[in-house]
Amino acid sequence: MKLYTYFRSSAAYRVRIALNLKGLDREDAYIHLREGAQRSADYLNLNPQGLLPTLVDGEVVAGQSLAILDYLEETYPEPPLLPGDAAGRARVRQLALIVGCDIHPLNNLKVLQYLGRELGLEATERNRWYHHWVNEGFTAIEALLRESAATGEFCHGDVPGLADVCLVPQVYNANRFEVDLAAYPTILRINQACLALDPFAQAAPDVQPDAE
Amino acid sequence: MMRLYTAPVSSAARRVEIACRLKGLEFERVLIDLAEEKAAAAGYRQVNPQVKVPSLEDGAVRLTQSLAILEYLEEAYPAVALLPDDAVGRARVRALALVVACEMHPLQNSWVVLYLSQDFGIDATAGDDWQRHWIVAGLEAIEARLVGDAVTGVYCHGDRPTLADCCLAPQVWNALRYAVPMVPYPTTRRVYDACLARPEFAEVLG
Repeated sequence: MKLYTYFRSSAAYRVRIALNLKGLDREDAYIHLREGAQRSADYLNLNPQGLLPTLVDGEVVAGQSLAILDYLEETYPEPPLLPGDAAGRARVRQLALIVGCDIHPLNNLKVLQYLGRELGLEATERNRWYHHWVNEGFTAIEALLRESAATGEFCHGDVPGLADVCLVPQVYNANRFEVDLAAYPTILRINQACLALDPFAQAAPDVQPDAE
Repeated sequence: MMRLYTAPVSSAARRVEIACRLKGLEFERVLIDLAEEKAAAAGYRQVNPQVKVPSLEDGAVRLTQSLAILEYLEEAYPAVALLPDDAVGRARVRALALVVACEMHPLQNSWVVLYLSQDFGIDATAGDDWQRHWIVAGLEAIEARLVGDAVTGVYCHGDRPTLADCCLAPQVWNALRYAVPMVPYPTTRRVYDACLARPEFAEVLG
Protein backbone atom coordinates (compact mmCIF):
# COMPACT_ATOMS: atom_id res chain seq x y z
CA MET A 1 0.00 0.00 0.00
CA LYS A 2 1.29 3.43 -0.92
CA LEU A 3 -0.01 6.78 0.24
CA TYR A 4 0.80 9.99 -1.60
CA THR A 5 0.80 12.63 1.09
CA TYR A 6 1.92 16.10 2.08
CA PHE A 7 2.51 16.74 5.75
CA ARG A 8 0.08 19.63 5.95
CA SER A 9 -2.65 18.33 3.67
CA SER A 10 -5.69 18.01 5.88
CA ALA A 11 -7.17 15.34 3.67
CA ALA A 12 -3.94 13.33 3.76
CA TYR A 13 -3.83 13.75 7.54
CA ARG A 14 -7.26 12.08 7.78
CA VAL A 15 -6.09 9.08 5.80
CA ARG A 16 -2.83 8.81 7.75
CA ILE A 17 -4.86 8.62 10.97
CA ALA A 18 -7.21 5.99 9.57
CA LEU A 19 -4.33 3.85 8.28
CA ASN A 20 -2.69 4.06 11.69
CA LEU A 21 -5.91 3.20 13.52
CA LYS A 22 -6.33 0.15 11.33
CA GLY A 23 -2.70 -0.84 11.82
CA LEU A 24 -2.03 -0.88 8.08
CA ASP A 25 1.54 -0.80 6.84
CA ARG A 26 2.23 1.47 3.95
CA GLU A 27 4.89 3.37 2.11
CA ASP A 28 4.49 7.14 2.09
CA ALA A 29 5.38 9.13 -0.99
CA TYR A 30 5.74 12.85 -0.38
CA ILE A 31 4.25 15.32 -2.81
CA HIS A 32 5.24 18.89 -2.07
CA LEU A 33 2.07 20.90 -2.62
CA ARG A 34 3.56 24.34 -2.29
CA GLU A 35 6.23 23.49 -4.84
CA GLY A 36 3.62 22.22 -7.27
CA ALA A 37 4.79 18.61 -7.28
CA GLN A 38 1.19 17.54 -7.63
CA ARG A 39 1.25 18.86 -11.18
CA SER A 40 4.07 16.59 -12.31
CA ALA A 41 3.21 14.30 -15.21
CA ASP A 42 3.80 11.24 -13.06
CA TYR A 43 1.46 12.35 -10.35
CA LEU A 44 -1.23 13.56 -12.73
CA ASN A 45 -1.17 10.13 -14.32
CA LEU A 46 -2.14 8.74 -10.97
CA ASN A 47 -4.53 11.48 -9.91
CA PRO A 48 -5.73 13.60 -12.85
CA GLN A 49 -6.89 16.37 -10.56
CA GLY A 50 -3.45 16.64 -8.97
CA LEU A 51 -5.00 16.45 -5.52
CA LEU A 52 -3.86 14.77 -2.36
CA PRO A 53 -4.07 12.19 -1.01
CA THR A 54 -3.99 9.24 -3.36
CA LEU A 55 -3.94 5.72 -2.02
CA VAL A 56 -2.64 2.87 -4.13
CA ASP A 57 -3.57 -0.59 -2.86
CA GLY A 58 -3.08 -3.29 -5.45
CA GLU A 59 -5.30 -2.38 -8.39
CA VAL A 60 -7.14 0.26 -6.41
CA VAL A 61 -5.99 3.81 -7.04
CA ALA A 62 -8.23 5.96 -4.88
CA GLY A 63 -8.48 9.71 -4.60
CA GLN A 64 -10.79 11.86 -2.49
CA SER A 65 -10.04 11.24 1.18
CA LEU A 66 -13.62 10.39 2.11
CA ALA A 67 -13.79 7.76 -0.63
CA ILE A 68 -10.45 6.40 0.58
CA LEU A 69 -11.81 6.20 4.12
CA ASP A 70 -14.87 4.29 2.87
CA TYR A 71 -12.61 1.95 0.89
CA LEU A 72 -10.45 1.26 3.95
CA GLU A 73 -13.52 0.65 6.09
CA GLU A 74 -14.93 -1.89 3.64
CA THR A 75 -11.66 -3.60 2.78
CA TYR A 76 -10.03 -3.65 6.21
CA PRO A 77 -13.00 -3.75 8.58
CA GLU A 78 -10.99 -4.25 11.79
CA PRO A 79 -10.97 -2.21 13.84
CA PRO A 80 -14.15 -0.56 12.55
CA LEU A 81 -14.30 3.22 12.27
CA LEU A 82 -18.07 3.16 11.89
CA PRO A 83 -20.52 1.69 14.41
CA GLY A 84 -22.74 -1.24 13.50
CA ASP A 85 -26.13 0.45 13.72
CA ALA A 86 -27.66 2.52 10.92
CA ALA A 87 -28.41 5.53 13.10
CA GLY A 88 -24.89 5.50 14.50
CA ARG A 89 -23.30 5.23 11.08
CA ALA A 90 -25.40 8.11 9.83
CA ARG A 91 -24.41 10.20 12.83
CA VAL A 92 -20.69 9.55 12.42
CA ARG A 93 -20.87 10.27 8.69
CA GLN A 94 -22.83 13.43 9.30
CA LEU A 95 -20.14 14.73 11.66
CA ALA A 96 -17.35 13.77 9.25
CA LEU A 97 -19.15 15.42 6.35
CA ILE A 98 -19.66 18.71 8.13
CA VAL A 99 -15.87 18.89 8.15
CA GLY A 100 -15.41 17.27 4.76
CA CYS A 101 -18.02 19.18 2.78
CA ASP A 102 -18.96 22.28 4.76
CA ILE A 103 -15.69 23.50 6.28
CA HIS A 104 -12.58 22.18 4.58
CA PRO A 105 -13.52 22.74 0.91
CA LEU A 106 -14.08 26.42 1.63
CA ASN A 107 -10.79 26.85 3.43
CA ASN A 108 -8.27 24.95 1.43
CA LEU A 109 -5.28 26.43 -0.33
CA LYS A 110 -6.72 26.88 -3.81
CA VAL A 111 -9.72 28.76 -2.44
CA LEU A 112 -7.59 31.06 -0.30
CA GLN A 113 -5.39 31.69 -3.32
CA TYR A 114 -8.41 32.60 -5.45
CA LEU A 115 -9.66 34.96 -2.78
CA GLY A 116 -6.31 36.69 -2.73
CA ARG A 117 -5.37 36.68 -6.40
CA GLU A 118 -8.73 37.00 -8.16
CA LEU A 119 -10.80 38.86 -5.59
CA GLY A 120 -8.01 40.90 -4.07
CA LEU A 121 -8.82 39.96 -0.50
CA GLU A 122 -6.08 40.89 1.94
CA ALA A 123 -4.68 38.45 4.47
CA THR A 124 -6.90 39.76 7.27
CA GLU A 125 -9.96 39.33 5.07
CA ARG A 126 -8.93 35.83 4.05
CA ASN A 127 -8.51 35.01 7.72
CA ARG A 128 -11.96 36.36 8.42
CA TRP A 129 -13.33 34.10 5.66
CA TYR A 130 -11.41 31.19 7.11
CA HIS A 131 -12.71 31.75 10.63
CA HIS A 132 -16.27 32.14 9.38
CA TRP A 133 -16.47 28.66 7.90
CA VAL A 134 -14.74 27.01 10.84
CA ASN A 135 -17.14 28.71 13.20
CA GLU A 136 -20.19 27.80 11.15
CA GLY A 137 -19.17 24.16 11.01
CA PHE A 138 -17.85 23.85 14.55
CA THR A 139 -20.97 25.46 15.99
CA ALA A 140 -23.03 22.71 14.39
CA ILE A 141 -20.60 19.96 15.39
CA GLU A 142 -20.37 21.19 18.98
CA ALA A 143 -24.17 21.23 19.25
CA LEU A 144 -24.46 17.73 17.77
CA LEU A 145 -21.81 16.42 20.14
CA ARG A 146 -23.08 18.14 23.24
CA GLU A 147 -26.73 17.32 22.75
CA SER A 148 -26.36 13.61 22.16
CA ALA A 149 -25.94 10.76 24.60
CA ALA A 150 -24.10 8.96 21.81
CA THR A 151 -21.06 11.17 22.35
CA GLY A 152 -18.52 9.46 24.57
CA GLU A 153 -14.81 9.86 25.01
CA PHE A 154 -14.81 10.38 21.28
CA CYS A 155 -17.33 11.76 18.83
CA HIS A 156 -19.33 8.56 18.96
CA GLY A 157 -18.89 6.28 21.92
CA ASP A 158 -15.61 5.42 23.51
CA VAL A 159 -13.53 4.33 20.54
CA PRO A 160 -12.27 6.68 17.83
CA GLY A 161 -14.05 6.62 14.49
CA LEU A 162 -14.47 8.39 11.19
CA ALA A 163 -15.79 11.55 12.77
CA ASP A 164 -12.67 11.88 14.93
CA VAL A 165 -10.50 11.08 11.91
CA CYS A 166 -11.93 14.12 10.13
CA LEU A 167 -12.29 16.38 13.16
CA VAL A 168 -8.71 16.28 14.42
CA PRO A 169 -7.11 17.59 11.20
CA GLN A 170 -9.73 20.33 11.09
CA VAL A 171 -8.89 21.39 14.65
CA TYR A 172 -5.22 21.44 13.68
CA ASN A 173 -6.03 23.77 10.79
CA ALA A 174 -8.24 25.95 12.95
CA ASN A 175 -5.41 26.35 15.43
CA ARG A 176 -2.96 27.14 12.66
CA PHE A 177 -5.23 29.97 11.56
CA GLU A 178 -5.70 31.08 15.16
CA VAL A 179 -9.43 30.51 15.32
CA ASP A 180 -10.64 30.99 18.88
CA LEU A 181 -12.03 27.59 19.82
CA ALA A 182 -13.19 28.47 23.34
CA ALA A 183 -16.82 28.07 22.28
CA TYR A 184 -16.24 24.42 21.36
CA PRO A 185 -15.23 22.64 24.59
CA THR A 186 -16.51 19.24 23.49
CA ILE A 187 -14.56 19.42 20.26
CA LEU A 188 -11.44 20.40 22.22
CA ARG A 189 -11.92 17.62 24.74
CA ILE A 190 -12.30 15.03 22.01
CA ASN A 191 -9.35 16.44 20.09
CA GLN A 192 -7.17 16.03 23.17
CA ALA A 193 -8.41 12.48 23.73
CA CYS A 194 -7.51 11.62 20.14
CA LEU A 195 -4.06 13.21 20.23
CA ALA A 196 -3.26 11.17 23.33
CA LEU A 197 -3.43 8.08 21.13
CA ASP A 198 -0.46 7.00 18.99
CA PRO A 199 -2.43 6.55 15.75
CA PHE A 200 -3.41 10.21 15.87
CA ALA A 201 -0.16 11.54 17.31
CA GLN A 202 1.94 9.74 14.71
CA ALA A 203 -0.17 11.11 11.88
CA ALA A 204 0.28 14.73 12.97
CA PRO A 205 1.75 17.06 10.35
CA ASP A 206 4.62 18.29 12.48
CA VAL A 207 6.09 14.84 12.96
CA GLN A 208 5.89 13.73 9.33
CA PRO A 209 9.20 13.08 7.56
CA ASP A 210 8.37 15.83 5.04
CA ALA A 211 7.43 18.39 7.69
CA GLU A 212 8.95 21.83 7.35
CA MET B 1 -43.20 6.78 5.77
CA MET B 2 -39.83 8.48 5.37
CA ARG B 3 -39.88 12.24 5.50
CA LEU B 4 -37.50 14.26 3.36
CA TYR B 5 -36.97 17.92 4.11
CA THR B 6 -36.02 19.79 0.99
CA ALA B 7 -35.94 23.30 -0.45
CA PRO B 8 -36.50 24.58 -3.96
CA VAL B 9 -33.48 24.12 -6.23
CA SER B 10 -31.36 22.59 -3.48
CA SER B 11 -28.73 20.59 -5.29
CA ALA B 12 -27.95 18.50 -2.23
CA ALA B 13 -31.61 17.72 -1.54
CA ARG B 14 -32.12 16.76 -5.17
CA ARG B 15 -29.38 14.12 -4.89
CA VAL B 16 -31.40 12.39 -2.21
CA GLU B 17 -34.73 12.79 -3.98
CA ILE B 18 -33.32 11.19 -7.10
CA ALA B 19 -31.84 8.32 -5.08
CA CYS B 20 -35.17 7.70 -3.32
CA ARG B 21 -36.96 7.56 -6.64
CA LEU B 22 -34.36 5.25 -8.16
CA LYS B 23 -34.81 2.92 -5.19
CA GLY B 24 -38.59 3.10 -5.50
CA LEU B 25 -38.93 4.49 -2.00
CA GLU B 26 -41.99 6.36 -0.88
CA PHE B 27 -41.43 9.50 1.10
CA GLU B 28 -43.22 12.56 2.31
CA ARG B 29 -41.67 15.71 0.93
CA VAL B 30 -41.54 18.70 3.29
CA LEU B 31 -40.57 21.99 1.74
CA ILE B 32 -38.53 24.26 4.01
CA ASP B 33 -38.10 27.99 3.60
CA LEU B 34 -34.47 28.20 4.69
CA ALA B 35 -34.37 31.94 5.08
CA GLU B 36 -37.39 31.89 7.33
CA GLU B 37 -36.10 28.93 9.31
CA LYS B 38 -32.73 30.50 9.85
CA ALA B 39 -34.44 33.41 11.48
CA ALA B 40 -36.66 31.16 13.56
CA ALA B 41 -35.64 30.34 17.11
CA ALA B 42 -36.33 26.63 16.90
CA GLY B 43 -38.50 24.59 14.56
CA TYR B 44 -36.46 23.09 11.77
CA ARG B 45 -33.26 23.70 13.74
CA GLN B 46 -34.33 20.74 15.89
CA VAL B 47 -34.27 18.58 12.81
CA ASN B 48 -31.06 20.00 11.36
CA PRO B 49 -28.78 22.14 13.55
CA GLN B 50 -27.14 23.60 10.48
CA VAL B 51 -30.56 24.69 9.22
CA LYS B 52 -29.85 23.20 5.83
CA VAL B 53 -31.43 20.68 3.53
CA PRO B 54 -31.74 17.84 3.01
CA SER B 55 -32.69 16.11 6.21
CA LEU B 56 -34.27 12.69 6.31
CA GLU B 57 -36.38 11.10 8.99
CA ASP B 58 -36.85 7.34 8.71
CA GLY B 59 -38.54 5.98 11.77
CA ALA B 60 -36.31 6.80 14.70
CA VAL B 61 -33.35 7.63 12.48
CA ARG B 62 -32.76 11.29 11.71
CA LEU B 63 -30.11 12.18 9.20
CA THR B 64 -28.51 15.25 7.72
CA GLN B 65 -25.74 15.69 5.13
CA SER B 66 -26.77 14.37 1.73
CA LEU B 67 -23.87 11.94 1.36
CA ALA B 68 -24.56 10.42 4.78
CA ILE B 69 -28.19 10.04 3.74
CA LEU B 70 -27.21 8.44 0.43
CA GLU B 71 -24.97 5.90 2.19
CA TYR B 72 -27.75 5.20 4.71
CA LEU B 73 -30.28 4.59 1.94
CA GLU B 74 -27.81 2.32 0.19
CA GLU B 75 -27.42 0.19 3.32
CA ALA B 76 -31.04 0.29 4.48
CA TYR B 77 -32.66 -0.24 1.07
CA PRO B 78 -30.21 -2.32 -0.94
CA ALA B 79 -32.68 -3.75 -3.49
CA VAL B 80 -31.86 -1.20 -6.18
CA ALA B 81 -28.13 -0.77 -5.70
CA LEU B 82 -26.61 2.63 -6.38
CA LEU B 83 -23.06 1.42 -5.76
CA PRO B 84 -21.30 -1.38 -7.64
CA ASP B 85 -20.16 -4.48 -5.75
CA ASP B 86 -16.44 -4.21 -6.36
CA ALA B 87 -14.05 -2.12 -4.27
CA VAL B 88 -12.50 -0.37 -7.27
CA GLY B 89 -15.92 0.54 -8.61
CA ARG B 90 -17.21 1.76 -5.27
CA ALA B 91 -14.15 3.96 -4.80
CA ARG B 92 -14.63 5.36 -8.30
CA VAL B 93 -18.32 6.12 -7.87
CA ARG B 94 -17.74 7.73 -4.48
CA ALA B 95 -14.84 9.79 -5.81
CA LEU B 96 -17.04 11.12 -8.63
CA ALA B 97 -19.79 11.97 -6.15
CA LEU B 98 -17.23 13.71 -3.94
CA VAL B 99 -15.92 15.90 -6.76
CA VAL B 100 -19.42 17.32 -6.87
CA ALA B 101 -20.14 17.29 -3.14
CA CYS B 102 -16.76 18.45 -1.83
CA GLU B 103 -15.24 20.51 -4.61
CA MET B 104 -18.00 22.04 -6.63
CA HIS B 105 -21.18 22.48 -4.71
CA PRO B 106 -19.75 23.77 -1.39
CA LEU B 107 -18.11 26.63 -3.26
CA GLN B 108 -20.77 27.58 -5.77
CA ASN B 109 -23.81 27.50 -3.58
CA SER B 110 -25.91 30.51 -2.87
CA TRP B 111 -25.04 31.21 0.75
CA VAL B 112 -21.34 31.33 -0.08
CA VAL B 113 -21.95 33.84 -2.83
CA LEU B 114 -24.19 35.79 -0.46
CA TYR B 115 -21.43 35.85 2.15
CA LEU B 116 -18.91 37.10 -0.43
CA SER B 117 -21.30 39.81 -1.46
CA GLN B 118 -22.48 40.92 1.98
CA ASP B 119 -19.24 40.62 3.92
CA PHE B 120 -16.62 41.37 1.31
CA GLY B 121 -18.49 43.58 -1.11
CA ILE B 122 -17.88 41.23 -4.02
CA ASP B 123 -20.09 42.39 -6.87
CA ALA B 124 -22.46 40.26 -8.93
CA THR B 125 -20.06 39.80 -11.85
CA ALA B 126 -17.23 38.65 -9.62
CA GLY B 127 -19.71 36.42 -7.77
CA ASP B 128 -20.77 34.82 -11.03
CA ASP B 129 -17.12 34.34 -12.02
CA TRP B 130 -16.48 32.70 -8.66
CA GLN B 131 -19.32 30.23 -9.15
CA ARG B 132 -18.31 29.40 -12.68
CA HIS B 133 -14.68 28.96 -11.70
CA TRP B 134 -15.43 26.15 -9.27
CA ILE B 135 -18.03 24.59 -11.51
CA VAL B 136 -15.64 24.55 -14.46
CA ALA B 137 -12.79 23.13 -12.36
CA GLY B 138 -15.08 20.37 -11.17
CA LEU B 139 -16.47 19.61 -14.62
CA GLU B 140 -12.92 19.32 -15.94
CA ALA B 141 -12.16 16.83 -13.19
CA ILE B 142 -15.29 14.82 -13.85
CA GLU B 143 -14.76 14.79 -17.60
CA ALA B 144 -11.17 13.60 -17.05
CA ARG B 145 -12.43 10.76 -14.87
CA LEU B 146 -15.21 9.75 -17.26
CA VAL B 147 -13.64 10.08 -20.69
CA GLY B 148 -11.61 7.19 -21.99
CA ASP B 149 -12.46 5.01 -19.00
CA ALA B 150 -13.99 1.74 -20.15
CA VAL B 151 -16.09 1.59 -17.00
CA THR B 152 -18.03 4.71 -18.00
CA GLY B 153 -21.19 3.47 -19.61
CA VAL B 154 -24.56 5.02 -20.30
CA TYR B 155 -24.10 6.62 -16.90
CA CYS B 156 -21.04 7.58 -14.87
CA HIS B 157 -20.31 3.98 -14.02
CA GLY B 158 -21.75 1.23 -16.18
CA ASP B 159 -25.24 1.15 -17.54
CA ARG B 160 -27.25 1.79 -14.41
CA PRO B 161 -27.40 5.00 -12.41
CA THR B 162 -25.26 5.21 -9.31
CA LEU B 163 -24.66 7.68 -6.49
CA ALA B 164 -22.33 9.49 -8.87
CA ASP B 165 -25.20 10.29 -11.22
CA CYS B 166 -27.41 11.31 -8.27
CA CYS B 167 -24.81 13.93 -7.39
CA LEU B 168 -23.73 14.86 -10.91
CA ALA B 169 -27.12 15.54 -12.47
CA PRO B 170 -28.21 18.30 -10.06
CA GLN B 171 -24.76 19.87 -10.36
CA VAL B 172 -24.86 19.92 -14.17
CA TRP B 173 -28.37 21.34 -13.93
CA ASN B 174 -26.83 24.16 -11.86
CA ALA B 175 -24.02 24.59 -14.38
CA LEU B 176 -26.52 24.99 -17.19
CA ARG B 177 -28.52 27.44 -15.14
CA TYR B 178 -25.37 29.55 -14.70
CA ALA B 179 -24.73 29.38 -18.45
CA VAL B 180 -21.55 27.33 -18.11
CA PRO B 181 -20.80 25.99 -21.59
CA MET B 182 -20.84 22.20 -21.59
CA VAL B 183 -19.11 21.84 -24.97
CA PRO B 184 -15.73 21.01 -23.34
CA TYR B 185 -17.35 18.18 -21.37
CA PRO B 186 -19.07 15.95 -23.93
CA THR B 187 -18.99 12.75 -21.87
CA THR B 188 -20.38 14.51 -18.84
CA ARG B 189 -23.08 16.08 -21.00
CA ARG B 190 -23.96 12.72 -22.52
CA VAL B 191 -24.29 11.14 -19.08
CA TYR B 192 -26.40 14.06 -17.89
CA ASP B 193 -28.73 13.74 -20.86
CA ALA B 194 -29.07 10.01 -20.24
CA CYS B 195 -30.03 10.75 -16.64
CA LEU B 196 -32.60 13.36 -17.66
CA ALA B 197 -34.20 10.81 -20.00
CA ARG B 198 -35.21 8.87 -16.90
CA PRO B 199 -38.29 9.94 -14.94
CA GLU B 200 -36.46 9.58 -11.60
CA PHE B 201 -34.21 12.44 -12.63
CA ALA B 202 -36.61 14.39 -14.82
CA GLU B 203 -39.27 14.56 -12.12
CA VAL B 204 -36.79 16.14 -9.71
CA LEU B 205 -34.84 18.38 -12.06
CA GLY B 206 -37.86 19.38 -14.07
